[in-house]
Amino acid sequence: MTEFLQHLVNGLSVGTIYALIALGYTMVYGVLKLINFAHGDVYMVGAFAGLYIARGLGVDQEPSLAKAGVVFVGAIVICAALGVAIERFAYRPLRQRARLTALITAIGVSFLLEYGFQLPPIIDGEVPFPPGPTPRFFPEPFTRVDFEPFGVHISNYDIVSLIVAVGFMFALQFIVYRTKFGTAMRAVSFDSSVAGLMGINVNRVIVWTFALGSGLAAAAAILVAGSRPSINPLLGLLPGIKAFVAAVFGGIGNVQGAMVGGLILGLSEEYVAGYLLSSYRDGIAFALLIIVLLWRPEGLFGRVRAEKV
Amino acid sequence: MDLPKIILRSAAPLLIGIPLLWIFQGAVGGPGGSETAMAVILMMAGINVILAVSLNVVNGFTGQFSIGHAGFMAVGAYTAAKITVATNSLEIVGIPTSVSDQLIFLFAMVAGMVMAALMGLLVGMPSLRLRGDYLAIVTLGFNEIIRVLIENTEFLGQATGISGLPKRTNIVWVGVAVIVTIAMAKRLLGSTHGRALLAIREDEVAAEAMGVDTTGYKVRAFVISSAFAGLAGALLVHQIQLCTPRSFTFIKSIEVVVMVVLGGMGSVTGSVVAALVLSFALEGLRDVQQYRMVMYSVLLIALMLTRPTGIFGTREIWDMIPKLRKKVSS
Repeated sequence: MTEFLQHLVNGLSVGTIYALIALGYTMVYGVLKLINFAHGDVYMVGAFAGLYIARGLGVDQEPSLAKAGVVFVGAIVICAALGVAIERFAYRPLRQRARLTALITAIGVSFLLEYGFQLPPIIDGEVPFPPGPTPRFFPEPFTRVDFEPFGVHISNYDIVSLIVAVGFMFALQFIVYRTKFGTAMRAVSFDSSVAGLMGINVNRVIVWTFALGSGLAAAAAILVAGSRPSINPLLGLLPGIKAFVAAVFGGIGNVQGAMVGGLILGLSEEYVAGYLLSSYRDGIAFALLIIVLLWRPEGLFGRVRAEKV
Repeated sequence: MDLPKIILRSAAPLLIGIPLLWIFQGAVGGPGGSETAMAVILMMAGINVILAVSLNVVNGFTGQFSIGHAGFMAVGAYTAAKITVATNSLEIVGIPTSVSDQLIFLFAMVAGMVMAALMGLLVGMPSLRLRGDYLAIVTLGFNEIIRVLIENTEFLGQATGISGLPKRTNIVWVGVAVIVTIAMAKRLLGSTHGRALLAIREDEVAAEAMGVDTTGYKVRAFVISSAFAGLAGALLVHQIQLCTPRSFTFIKSIEVVVMVVLGGMGSVTGSVVAALVLSFALEGLRDVQQYRMVMYSVLLIALMLTRPTGIFGTREIWDMIPKLRKKVSS
């Protein structure tokens, strides 16, 4: 029973992270019908942005909650700006062209971030920029406290991360379904050219979608880095793929779908790895993706939409 | 056309190619069967040509986007390596050792191709029912998962890989494989099957409306492409005599994608030219290895923004020759 609860806690904490990243994929796909390959790498940049800010503030000497807040918000802002820049310079010039060109560009951006961060340093320092391929240590933003209720191991990091992640999801749900911007976003997702005719500034909606998605990825990165402090430039690869699986599982383009998909993926990974095959943990997401694509390619909450000419 | 003519036409490239390759092998080979640096580079370039042309069948002809070619290479390579290592001391009775070794190697390559094709079927079937972008992320995942699986499987030598492979790959084998791959691509392009693939690339909905079984054709193209990736993998590991997961990372897949995109998606000529140029350029740029991936990604983005058709677009050298002749005569 204890083991079961422990897996539940771990699965939830991983699952909320997948859900946060998956939201970025699903929102961008919703408005642009483009799989933003670089999203996993924006998550990686988020972790490094947090690291640089934390170093600048001296978090490793005296951690405090206020500093943790600054790191968190700073990383979100930097990543939101990065997402907007990627959209503006790489995706927007290609929006009217064939779909494949945008996809190839997205792959290019993804590799540029991954391997650009592994280049030899240009700016020297304690953690140089670019940081290079060696893993870096992310300092603890606030003091770690461990609890053991019913023999289940929980730290205050898990609790904070769960609360923040769930909070973000509710906030996003509110933005998408209760605000004017959210209505505009859903309109663009439904039919962007008609939405443009109705007086919606489509470019602005797309820019904000990228900003929101990238910000969520950065938030996820900081929440993970707090409890798993080793970060490197290839960090975003697997979480990126897994979050994409979560988005497809829930029905890509669907906000609740991404959340549910992330949680289910996190839990199933944890339980399958915990009870059955521990060394094949990373294969589980892939198996799930194949099953979903065979069984129900539109995902749990997705609707089948006929392709029109 | 009658049967003997068809057979002759199919075999002609090999009938001409093999003697030339033998002479070539003698010319670049070092004394006593050793290899010169030039021969090694040429073999690597040949393997890259096989990879680029076979990936072009999916990414160029069919308009899908696979970025996990190295994963299929790995499947072919490990299958072939397992067979040649297991049969290293074995001989087919009644024929000389050297011939029997080559026959076993041929069998190992074919087995590698079959395994890679099966894996292609497994990956392609679910993901090709949907539009192109799913295939991209599935193949990306597949490439990673294959690596994780190999690193966790004792039978496949985990992270250290399989060593002690016999040296089997030579200029002749690589040359024959290149000829077969290019002939396959050219003949495919002219066939009913190839026309269907081009129709899918131009407009999937319209192709379907015209009665093209889009999913079926896409899966078959993907399986063919995977098989040839397996062949390239088998050749590669019997050249470097070592089979490790490090040879089949992501970086390799992206290298092949860059070759196809640079040469022009849909042009066999383009893939061959780009593969040769990049293979030789990389040899010259050994000092700046660490910038390689960054250069690839910048090249990809720059190409897409300025010239998405690549060098050749969908043009082919054999289409251009008659036109040139006409121009000269008039």
